[in-house]
Amino acid sequence: MSTEVTKSPAAAPPGAGGSGGAAGENLLQLVIGGLRRNMRQYGMLLALGLIVAVFAVWTDGDLLLPRNVSNLVLQNSYVLILAIGMMLVIIAGHIDLSVGSVTAFVGAFAAVLTVEHGVSWPVAVVLCLLAGAAAGAAQGFFIAYLGIPSFIVTLAGMLIFRGFTEILLEGQTLGPFPDGLQKMGNGFLPEVGPHTNYHNLTLLLGLALIVFAVFQEVRDRRRQREFSLDVVPLNLFLLKLVSIVAAILVVTMLLASYKGAPIVLLILGALVVGYGYVMRNSVFGRHIYAIGGNLPAAKLSGVKDKKVTFFVFLNMGALAALAGLAIAARLNAASPKAGLNYELEAIASSFIGGASMSGGVGTVLGAIIGGLVLGVLNNGMNLLSVGTDWQQVIKGLALLAAVGFDVWNKRKSGS
Amino acid sequence: MAGPVLEMRSIVKTFPGVKALSDVTLTVRQGEVHAICGENGAGKSTLMKVLSGVHPHGSYEGEILFEGEVCRFRDIRASEEHGIVIIHQELALVPFLSIAENIFLGNEHASRGFINWNDTLRHATELLRRVGLDEHPETRVADIGVGKQQLVEIAKALSKKVKLLILDEPTAALNDEDSGKLLDLILQLKDQGITSIIISHKLNEIRRVADSVTIIRDGRSIETLDVKSEETTEDRIISGMVGRDLDNRFPDRTPHHPEEGAAPALEIRNWTVHHPIDQQRKVVDDVSIEVRRGEIVGIAGLMGAGRTELAMSVFGRTYGRYAGGTVLKDGEEIRTRTVAEAVAHGIAYVTEDRKHYGLNLIDTINRNISLTALSKVAKRGIVDEHEERQVAEGYRKSMNIKAPTVFEPVGKLSGGNQQKVVLSKWIFAGPDVLILDEPTRGIDVGAKYEIYTVIDQLAAQGKAVVFISSELPELLGMCDRIYTMAAGRLTGEVPRAEATQEVLMRQMTKDKEVTR
Repeated sequence: MSTEVTKSPAAAPPGAGGSGGAAGENLLQLVIGGLRRNMRQYGMLLALGLIVAVFAVWTDGDLLLPRNVSNLVLQNSYVLILAIGMMLVIIAGHIDLSVGSVTAFVGAFAAVLTVEHGVSWPVAVVLCLLAGAAAGAAQGFFIAYLGIPSFIVTLAGMLIFRGFTEILLEGQTLGPFPDGLQKMGNGFLPEVGPHTNYHNLTLLLGLALIVFAVFQEVRDRRRQREFSLDVVPLNLFLLKLVSIVAAILVVTMLLASYKGAPIVLLILGALVVGYGYVMRNSVFGRHIYAIGGNLPAAKLSGVKDKKVTFFVFLNMGALAALAGLAIAARLNAASPKAGLNYELEAIASSFIGGASMSGGVGTVLGAIIGGLVLGVLNNGMNLLSVGTDWQQVIKGLALLAAVGFDVWNKRKSGS
Repeated sequence: MAGPVLEMRSIVKTFPGVKALSDVTLTVRQGEVHAICGENGAGKSTLMKVLSGVHPHGSYEGEILFEGEVCRFRDIRASEEHGIVIIHQELALVPFLSIAENIFLGNEHASRGFINWNDTLRHATELLRRVGLDEHPETRVADIGVGKQQLVEIAKALSKKVKLLILDEPTAALNDEDSGKLLDLILQLKDQGITSIIISHKLNEIRRVADSVTIIRDGRSIETLDVKSEETTEDRIISGMVGRDLDNRFPDRTPHHPEEGAAPALEIRNWTVHHPIDQQRKVVDDVSIEVRRGEIVGIAGLMGAGRTELAMSVFGRTYGRYAGGTVLKDGEEIRTRTVAEAVAHGIAYVTEDRKHYGLNLIDTINRNISLTALSKVAKRGIVDEHEERQVAEGYRKSMNIKAPTVFEPVGKLSGGNQQKVVLSKWIFAGPDVLILDEPTRGIDVGAKYEIYTVIDQLAAQGKAVVFISSELPELLGMCDRIYTMAAGRLTGEVPRAEATQEVLMRQMTKDKEVTR
């Protein structure tokens, strides 16, 4: 996923591309200008880079050891998955407090299916995703079609699904899970091919990703030309390509020099790319931004706001189920207390990543960056053996600082 | 006349990247009503914010003298202490507090932090009498109309011992009756020695209440005219605002002669709609209208006549409760129960309230334009961003939307440019029938002309246009036929040749007299 993070300047829109063209301007000025214009976009990315750098120094480089990077991914996958869904919910102008309970509920459901009833794990996975989607759809129905505020509905959902979890598990912890399911939480890509010092399949995958990313960028540029639109100056474009390639390379090498790419990272990567694309380029995604940005205007433009809201919550439920499976598989047990406060971490990730309380603003990538900021803070402080008491204080301050910076920045550029 | 009470000398105010005021000098005499007019974005509101301390001393250049004293206001409180009170366009009242609580908000009659209600109510009653508002001071502000709320604002200003009252477009949201009352009140206050500055787009109002008018254009004060003088005609003021003589405020258009026989593009028959909450009340009562291709048909009416309600209820039933009537497109009955259905049948409704119902202000120009017809730039649910951008660039150029790129957030544009975005959005949807609701509300004269030209072109392309407006001159200048409505009923249909302001006004008020 880190590859995607650094892709942000690439995916970053308009501002940079639109007003380029003056060939005389030097590269540095262009880069700085682009950064300044997209402060919101890059601010958090820079902050993430800074946090990584600081912890890398404090931990004498332990933070960036291949094993730890791998761990970081495994530890935070569930928050990142939830943050993607939460970002959609928040962009649509809502909130979902039930996701922590739904993850626990789905974990419990998976345990009951596989451990108690011996259902094969692929079937269980499908059933769990459906159960999550159903939980989301039920809440979405009340919110979209009956007009009950999402805060209330999902607060109720938080209690209800926590209760169901305890009912299913009868207060006990249930495990262990079948091997296949365990892989989903903490497995890696299989080892194939000749023995090198690196993980072959991961290297191949990284290479494929580079080819794909470069191809996409070049194609995009050509399409812009076709529509006779302004394009980014060539030198800036090349710089962008180089940074994308470098970023993918770094992460690939880090992962390949340990056990390879974790399975959950592949799932997460697919989600980021898929949801990023949907939010940016699909009609559905546009409609989410439209209802969050100005609901009455969206309605009068023919957007089916109720349907969109309903599906946003249905989707959140399905992603919560996925996160629930991942965390249960990783812990190799379903516990009644699983997923506690996950909703808060997902919400915090979204806001750190640039969402707005009033809706209509935010990107999937932002949610991931926000989640990673929290994840790196967690991981770094663990390495430094900071107690959970102080960890919470620091994470709280990080949220406040991120949103505070955003507000300050907006005020400075606005009014 | 008395000497100056306020002098603002060579005011310069810069925002990052923009010079909002480049050199404004304003002199207001003691006891007069001084109008300020200028196109949107000319700097009127910024000037008033400088005066009232919203932009504190130090953030601008130049000098302010009030009652002969140099003033350096740190904030609004400081200017209010000197008796300068500003009433903003968007009212600043708390809806769920009472009138009395609102009047003394921030300025409570209290001792040791506890409110003295007897004192509060007595004083509030007195102030309400002064502004001529016949309401109990304990009434919630949410329960009274906008016109009365405006009076509460003035009462609030009076409670602050106001010497100079600034009103920013006070009648923008009021109907004619309430506007009239408000203007009378301003004249009354003048008799009591209160000086007023009124910012207004409405030239007839300026002529009615103002003694002098200062015209601001592009951040400069152009001239100050004596309104009572013979030479200060409306055209004179307009030419000062736009910097050129406006020989013609409307594009020349050849009136349309509907083809005989062809079915009208849109026909509404016996349309009746009930109020969404008060379901006994008919807001639109048995209205039948039609519009043909290439024709511009006006709907005139006073506030509350049911024009917007008619349009919105036809357009996807977005207003009120449907209680009967049919819609025909090209002679065939169609269903317009949802916005999507209406759009699919080639009907577009351009709202009167672009900020709340027309645009997503935080989103960019291109995304706003494409929203209604996303499928036109999308394949299998995926938007082609490049094509979308190209479409938007096309509208930016053809509609003369003033923005560096189409990636500019719509909220940062001026009113006129926002209106062009709303129009672009609906033109892109490719309708046969466009219902335009107050398409030139709150935008400056230059942009108005551009919008008229666009409307004219649409009709020339064979679109049917329904033009709802409260400004009679623009209906007279643009329409082939004009319907009049009053209290939810259709009260007349006037062809272009017979239409005058007097004729229309008589029709628009007809029903009211009958019911009284």
